[in-house]
Amino acid sequence: MARILLNVPKQVRRGEAVEIKLLISHPMETGQRRDETGQVVPRNIVREVVCTFNGAEVVRLELFPAISANPFIHVAARAEASGPVVLTWTDDLGAVQTETAQVEVV
Amino acid sequence: MNRRRFLVAGGILVAAPWLPARATPDAVAAAMREVTGGAPLQQGLVRLDLPGMVENGNAVGMTVGVDDPPSPVRSLHVFADGNLLPNVLHARFGPAAFRPHVATRIRLASSQTVHAIAVLQDGACWTGSVDLVVTLAACLE
Repeated sequence: MARILLNVPKQVRRGEAVEIKLLISHPMETGQRRDETGQVVPRNIVREVVCTFNGAEVVRLELFPAISANPFIHVAARAEASGPVVLTWTDDLGAVQTETAQVEVV
Repeated sequence: MNRRRFLVAGGILVAAPWLPARATPDAVAAAMREVTGGAPLQQGLVRLDLPGMVENGNAVGMTVGVDDPPSPVRSLHVFADGNLLPNVLHARFGPAAFRPHVATRIRLASSQTVHAIAVLQDGACWTGSVDLVVTLAACLE
């Protein structure tokens, strides 16, 4: 299973931005490459990334083969109340992974 | 087969493998129409940060966003007209978004123009683009 790094600030003032950075360890095979034997390497990319904060959706990303291997993504959520940042991604092979990080709003 | 026909056929054979390396302008326009729904595109408002000179097309840092939207941004879309597949990223913002910004790293197959479209809640579509030169393409091998 691919690794996922989710970086959020521990503490944020109310009304300010929760900067959410994530790095998914994933090959993002485009489906256009061929291996040594000339066979097309099947496409396998992270298709969808959904980010929520405190149960409310921050952003829903649809990714395409034009996103680099090991996708890095930076988005921001509005800090209203303390809660978890939940990140879920899905790839072409049907792998689903979720990562959670707690943010305290002061 | 005479000499002229032989040369023409040879030219097609050599050129053919390279033909699909770039999306056709029609494919790019169709991909854009899909997100705008045919609404007219207005220039401006969208900020697309990309380097003008790219040394390695395999990972190009990109930031796309709208700084002061007149109405909330529903979604952001990025297209690369020099890639085989023009779609790069679709971002749909939810109620918890702080600002309509996304930063990521993208692949660019050749020197080209990258377009960004912002669709606002009131239905207006704004666009911005960056022309860039890629010295080492995101290779297919």
